[in-house]
Amino acid sequence: MTTALEQVKVIVFQLADKEYAIPVSNVQGIEKLMHITRVPKTEKYVKGVINLRGVITPIIDLRERFELPVNHNGDTARIIIITFDDKEVGFVVDSANDVMDIPVSAIEQQPEVVGTAEEEFISGVAKIENRLLILLHLEKVLNP
Amino acid sequence: MDMNQYLEMFIEESKEHLQACSEHLLELEKNPQDLSVVNEIFRSAHTLKGMSATMGYEDLADLTHKMENVLDAIRNEKIHVTPEILDVVFESVDHLEAMVFDIADGGDGKRNVAETVEKLKNIESGNPVTPTQQEPKKVDTEVAATTVVASAPKLEYDDFEKTVLIQSIDQGFNAIEIAISLRADCLLKAARVYMVFDILEKSGDVIKSNPTVDKLEEEQFDQDFYVAFITKEPAEELQKKIMKVSEVDKVTVVQLSQETLKPSTTEETVQTAPSTPTLQEVNEPSQSANSSNAVISQKSETPAKAQVSEKKHASSKTIRVSIERLDILMNLFEELVIDRGRLQSISTEVNHSELTETVERMSRVMGDLQNIVLTMRMVPVETVFNRFPKMVRSLSRDLHKKINLEIIGAETELDRTVIDEIGDPLVHLIRNSLDHGIESPEVRAAKGKPEEGTVILRAYHSGNYVFIEIEDDGAGINRDKVLKKAIDKGIVTKDAALRLSDKEINELILASGFSTADQISDISGRGVGLDVVKSTIESLGGSISIESTQDVGSIFSIQLPLTLSIISVMLVEIETEIYAVPLSSIIETSIIKRSDILNAHKQKVIDFRGKIVPLIFLDEIFEVPRQQEIDDEFLSVVIVRKGDKLAGLVVDSFIGQQEIVLKSLGNYLTNIFAISGATILGNGQVALIVDCNALMK
Repeated sequence: MTTALEQVKVIVFQLADKEYAIPVSNVQGIEKLMHITRVPKTEKYVKGVINLRGVITPIIDLRERFELPVNHNGDTARIIIITFDDKEVGFVVDSANDVMDIPVSAIEQQPEVVGTAEEEFISGVAKIENRLLILLHLEKVLNP
Repeated sequence: MDMNQYLEMFIEESKEHLQACSEHLLELEKNPQDLSVVNEIFRSAHTLKGMSATMGYEDLADLTHKMENVLDAIRNEKIHVTPEILDVVFESVDHLEAMVFDIADGGDGKRNVAETVEKLKNIESGNPVTPTQQEPKKVDTEVAATTVVASAPKLEYDDFEKTVLIQSIDQGFNAIEIAISLRADCLLKAARVYMVFDILEKSGDVIKSNPTVDKLEEEQFDQDFYVAFITKEPAEELQKKIMKVSEVDKVTVVQLSQETLKPSTTEETVQTAPSTPTLQEVNEPSQSANSSNAVISQKSETPAKAQVSEKKHASSKTIRVSIERLDILMNLFEELVIDRGRLQSISTEVNHSELTETVERMSRVMGDLQNIVLTMRMVPVETVFNRFPKMVRSLSRDLHKKINLEIIGAETELDRTVIDEIGDPLVHLIRNSLDHGIESPEVRAAKGKPEEGTVILRAYHSGNYVFIEIEDDGAGINRDKVLKKAIDKGIVTKDAALRLSDKEINELILASGFSTADQISDISGRGVGLDVVKSTIESLGGSISIESTQDVGSIFSIQLPLTLSIISVMLVEIETEIYAVPLSSIIETSIIKRSDILNAHKQKVIDFRGKIVPLIFLDEIFEVPRQQEIDDEFLSVVIVRKGDKLAGLVVDSFIGQQEIVLKSLGNYLTNIFAISGATILGNGQVALIVDCNALMK
């Protein structure tokens, strides 16, 4: 099936004390935090919209989405702009750390962490050296 | 050769020609004696045939050809126009349309038309002309532009050229006029022209060419060009030489005689009847020169040709630009509008006189530019309206009603995006008027009305809006019947129904799940239509209202914004958030005293110029987080309207009026309550646009 040579390039970001990964192919860019216009009557995790070079882009706070406590250190926070299906959305994360190639063979389907809120948004985990990367299931994150 | 690049153009033009056919057919129906109309139809059909044959759509070409034969017979008064014949021709046009649409959808344009073809053949053979006789006739019309019938010179000569030609003839030269047709798929037209001229110049002198040599070199011609030439060589030899040049389709030589180049004697056709010369009729600016030669042959009994010349005279200098490019232009312009807003706010902050001046100047220029960009996207509603006459014709037949459709103001222009959307709702409304509005002739006669019902389709500008009205002199809306139905279907309660105004009752027919026709018909009356019409129009930022008097008629009036992308808004502030309220729904702004607020049930209202107006506190609706409760004595209120209803939006403060670019919130955030979109402010931040219609039930 898959060989060890097959690799997938991912963007690694930090949320609370865990590291997460999104395939580069879904990432459009990484932005610093900017003014977010609140949109009323939306889900709590929808922070609002930003002006991304003339395109109105909705922003989701991943901490809120995963029901994690609010981040108090805003300096390293970033917005990762992702495209999925025909949607363009920004994720607020604590920090964007790295771009990595991870071998497909290193991805395990069954997450070992259970009982946390983000469990349902995980498509797999990858153990690289001594880091544990959690691969996000974008479709589930985006759909309410 | 790859035809794909021409496919789009082919489809566009085919549609235009078919449209022209239908229009003229309708005209012909009214004046069956007017043979000039037949010529128009013939010409459109003929061009269509040429184009489709070139593109390889044989079925299309074949059916057009059959139709053309009938038209030709009519034109030559071999058969007389009867409604039956017209029906068959209409049927063929319908088939042709279906084929073209099939091609547009990526199909092969094939369709079973055997029945129609049979009918056409019957009509054709019902007249004294036998097919064998008709065949050559068809050929000659086909090539009328280049050969056979017109032995008149194709070129018009000025006095000097005439003198030169006559003197050459005197000196024993052979003065000839050569018509050369290149193959339709010729790729290097300029090169072929060069080769032809090369041959010519070796054996004589070129006196004149049409189009001019410059234009020929720039390939500004279709397939045909004409050359006046003097030589000592025999015409046949020359003809053969030119035929040697590859991709030359046909060479026709006309001998010019002494009698000052009147219609003269010799003429030879090398090849017969390709289906290409008609492409000449495609509007090309460079063809203006050609029109002069067409004028001559107008006198020489080739009516089809005469029509060509008329069309050329009428054509103005235009180019086709794809909508995509206009959209890109529009997007770029929108970016500029945003930057202009930013510059304006910077310049007021900096307060530098020269900067302010420059920004003001730029703003003025941008204003002009905006007008141009917007008008460029404007399309006359005619493009939508012109399909209705045929629809009304066939529907009135199906319904056995006599209906006359009048179209007023077809030249009124609307934004392209609106035009694209408005077609279906209009079809629905017209069908509705025809089916439910206009009564059958017997009923009309009994009511003392003329048997023929009238439907008026009217479009006009007013302010920043375009109004489209559909008026009929039919039965009108039966108030009681509508009310009863609405109550039965649970659209309104009995109690509420008593309080409804006539207008509101009329508008009940736009509610979903409503159908008053006693019998469900194909044409309308499934009860799914009119509410779709309403929602489509509202999604375009428009509105629809109905006026109706029983037994006198109804008017459906649609109000549409001129453009969708740039609108004027009032910016208002709530806490630190900025919202935009479209100016189109604002009546006025007002400052009211908190003590003036009255309580009606749980609703806070104010007395505004004698009217009770409910207040909507935007901070509550939008759940704006407050740092602290405000308790000002005065409140800022924006009075907005929806139809006849008013409401007051309570905000913290007014910022001012601004032109903004409407942006969507994207595909992730859809159906946000009371927010219709967003815009980018001068400082780069996003402001949300308030949907006043959603705030008022």
